[in-house]
Amino acid sequence: MSSIETQVTQPYKYGFVTDIDADQIPPGLNEDIIRLISAKKEEPDWLLEWRLKAYRRWTEMREPTWANVKFDPIDYQSIVYYSAPKSKKQLSSMDEVDPALVETFEKLGISLNEQKRLSGVAVDAIFDSVSVATTFSETLAKHGVIFCSFSDAVKDHPDLVRKYLGTVVPGGDNFYAALNAAVFSDGSFCYIPKGVRCPLELSTYFRINASNSGQFERTLIIADEGGYVSYLEGCSAPMRDENQLHAAVVELIALDDAQIKYATVQNWYPGDKNGKGGIFNFVTKRGKCAGINSKISWTQVETGSAITWKYPSCILQGDNSVGEFYSVAVTNNHQQADTGTKMIHIGKNTRSTIVSKGISAGVGQNTYRGEVRIMKNATGARNYSQCDSMLIGDKCGAHTFPYIDVRNSTAIMEHEASTSKIGEDQMFYAQQRGITAEDAVSMIVNGFCREVFKELPMEFAVEAQKLLGITLEGSVG
Amino acid sequence: MENKVPMLEIENLHASVGGNAIIKGINLVVNEGEVHAIMGPNGSGKSTLALVLAGHPAYEVTEGSVRYDGQDLLELAPEERARKGVFLAFQYPVEIRGITNAYFLRFALNAIRAEQGIEELDTIDFLDVLKEKLEIIGWDESMMNRPVNDGFSGGEKKRNEILQMAILEPRLAVLDETDSGLDIDALKTVAAAVNKLRKPDNATIVVTHYQRMLNYIEPDFVHVLADGRIVKSGGKDLALELEEKGYDWLAPEVAAV
Ligand SMILES: Nc1ncnc2c1ncn2[C@@H]1O[C@H](COP(=O)(O)OP(=O)(O)OP(=O)(O)O)[C@@H](O)[C@H]1O
Ligand SMILES: [Mg+2]
Repeated sequence: MSSIETQVTQPYKYGFVTDIDADQIPPGLNEDIIRLISAKKEEPDWLLEWRLKAYRRWTEMREPTWANVKFDPIDYQSIVYYSAPKSKKQLSSMDEVDPALVETFEKLGISLNEQKRLSGVAVDAIFDSVSVATTFSETLAKHGVIFCSFSDAVKDHPDLVRKYLGTVVPGGDNFYAALNAAVFSDGSFCYIPKGVRCPLELSTYFRINASNSGQFERTLIIADEGGYVSYLEGCSAPMRDENQLHAAVVELIALDDAQIKYATVQNWYPGDKNGKGGIFNFVTKRGKCAGINSKISWTQVETGSAITWKYPSCILQGDNSVGEFYSVAVTNNHQQADTGTKMIHIGKNTRSTIVSKGISAGVGQNTYRGEVRIMKNATGARNYSQCDSMLIGDKCGAHTFPYIDVRNSTAIMEHEASTSKIGEDQMFYAQQRGITAEDAVSMIVNGFCREVFKELPMEFAVEAQKLLGITLEGSVG
Repeated sequence: MENKVPMLEIENLHASVGGNAIIKGINLVVNEGEVHAIMGPNGSGKSTLALVLAGHPAYEVTEGSVRYDGQDLLELAPEERARKGVFLAFQYPVEIRGITNAYFLRFALNAIRAEQGIEELDTIDFLDVLKEKLEIIGWDESMMNRPVNDGFSGGEKKRNEILQMAILEPRLAVLDETDSGLDIDALKTVAAAVNKLRKPDNATIVVTHYQRMLNYIEPDFVHVLADGRIVKSGGKDLALELEEKGYDWLAPEVAAV
């Protein structure tokens, strides 16, 4: 029998490479590269200027060092900032998408064929630097919902993009966000008009394929007054020995009475069991509850990536607005995660909920870092935070850094935290009752994550449970 | 007794943990329908023997054999032993957070039923089984929605072990100091439950320091374990004698422990 220390991680299932001709620009980063990217995308001048401004800011910034993660310096000049599968002509329908790409997404469980697709979910599929297909756009258009690639949005809805781009995550917000603003190549755009409840779940699937390239996508979602949308995001990448950078930005804007639910199941390649390779997932996600009674919920299941650096946050500006953050973050083998949220209470009677579940196995390091800030005028603000950590084996680590900054004395803050361990004793106890170690772990872990999983749409919850099982497979013996 | 059917046959068993030899040559046969008591000083190896039978990975068998229903027990994984009816009531039951007692028990029962080719129980059917067994140990359902053993008092943990036993209906139950930590009433309830679960074709090994338990669960045999060996075996009267005289009189090697 192997012991709890033995790590035999199940091979990453999504690690294949698609052989496809790519239109790649040379590695390196400078103003010419940015101009080149912008030109390739036939962008208007204002957007190029916006990129260049962010780039200039970026050159004056440094990588943040406060996160509890360790990695070798990234050589930003060796990264390819734009890589797109070559398309022979302008696509006018889904039938014209390169079959190799359709097959790639098919293998990942994402059908780009609308007939085969799960009813009720529209998908934007992003392959390296570009969106290759968006399904159900026409159905959505009937309801006035705009759901398209970022590039298309810049062309077809420039006013909306210009009005909201960078209003939640400014171009120079932080090092990685500034990098993204300079070089972002594509992403998804979504606009829910006044009073419309989006009839489908919207989803974006990100796939990194090319080597030496990074992925820098940008997502912008606006729910106008009384609008509602539920949005899902998934991702994966081939297994490669070198680290690859994924520096995305997501901006959400909810106007009066609007609601946005944003869910992520993050399954980037985590590196091998010795810690070689894997994605650096350095992502800035922020939502602004701009209107009264608006609500933004983040749900994330972070199982992949070598390093995750990510703090989906809510700016609760409108009175009575609500922010939620539900998170499961798993680190196995040598994975590191520093993740959490920021809830900034500005409006009156704003409420926020934070439920964070960190699971560490192998020699994984898992850090929760969260901030709740109650501003001076945020009378009647409330926050409930719960941070639970689970350790599997005794070589991993869990850390929590909750920061609280209260500037209004009427605030009500509740905080709960716990740490539990699954060790050899727990495993043996379960086995003695006839339960295999693997079942015991998945049972315990799923129980531990239940409060977060119940926030996910049904199929995603099932997917997340499976993923967790795979991620932790072999973490006990 | 005629027509004895051996269930457990331990032969010249040696086991060590962390390189230290703890079990040093145990021979013991337990037949169907029998109750054996194992007594002995602290640290003599009683729990080690129980854990070796259950297959704890930290304990290494260095010599000897254990047969269970004629089969080599030692080659089976712990969960396979459990599914074949070997049950250990732990001296120190383990807390498992994040999963309720009821869910854990249903999962365990279904694993064992699957092995026996019986169909699995859904939540509702399981509840019926649970209610019946809760009655045997005198509990209500409130303990069932709490995480396994989490925050349970010492006595509650022991009672929970017997509840599990009642639900899993093992063929061979090893009770490791289930009596310690129980108040007098709880001891009676637990002992009554154990007796109620006895069948002609199952067997029980009771590890205890106290004669009192054996007043309720009457053993067919009493063995004294000292320094990893059985140094004396007898009938239930041996327990009374031990209660009176302690272990010193048994053998010089025991006294030296
Ligand atoms: N995991 C372990 N590592 C090191 N030593 C151990 C381990 N488990 C048991 N031992 C040692 O083995 C010996 C026997 O322990 P065991 O728990 O079997 O005794 P016991 O007879 O059950 O005692 P008690 O009556 O106190 O329960 C003790 O000296 C104990 O310290
Ligand atoms: Mg003991």
